[in-house]
Amino acid sequence: MNDEQLDQIFKALADPTRRRIIDRLRKQPNQSLFQICALSVAEGEKAVSRQAITQHLDMLEKAGLVHVSWSGRTKIHALDLKPLRKAADIWLHRHLQEGKDR
Amino acid sequence: MRIYVTSVFVDDQSTALEFYTKVLGFIVKNDVPLGENRWLTVVSSEEPAGTELLLEPSGHPAVKPYKDALVEDGIPAASFQVDDLSSEYERLRALEVKFTVEPMDAGTVRMAVFDDTCGNLIQLIEMKDK
Repeated sequence: MNDEQLDQIFKALADPTRRRIIDRLRKQPNQSLFQICALSVAEGEKAVSRQAITQHLDMLEKAGLVHVSWSGRTKIHALDLKPLRKAADIWLHRHLQEGKDR
Repeated sequence: MRIYVTSVFVDDQSTALEFYTKVLGFIVKNDVPLGENRWLTVVSSEEPAGTELLLEPSGHPAVKPYKDALVEDGIPAASFQVDDLSSEYERLRALEVKFTVEPMDAGTVRMAVFDDTCGNLIQLIEMKDK
């Protein structure tokens, strides 16, 4: 994993709406854009436009954290935690391990 | 001013007539030949004088990209209200209607989404506060 990929992952995490999309997709995978928006309304979140959610999903997909597939003619989104684990291993965990007495 | 008709674009008017009457249970209000197509509207049997739903042909070149883009994002083209979502869901499932969203809570409503076999997703809504 190179710096650019690390950048994309940590940038993707640096936004509360995107973190909530990740929370939601982990609980309930394989959601269409419409479902992701409906779930956010159901959970009483501040309304975010579909266009904005589309952009957030694009960033998550570019970072490799969201995987897109098709259910019939509808695009569905699922979480892929592998890049997140890798990013955590090569950066976060390394510091936490090597600097554990600080 | 009143809303007397609203529409969904259907891939095929005959298929749509079957589905919207025999499966959903709406009744035909107008069926008038119009060139190659028909002015085909249905109403709810619970509200025969209510707003008509026009089953509009999809021939215009803008319609297919519009419908495809909605389906791609899972967005319903129309929304119908029911008193009891669970029983309506069971009834439609028994008629082999394909649901893309199972009944779920969405704030002040419960909702589900199904495929109308005519190129659209349709939302069903039950108001929680009746």
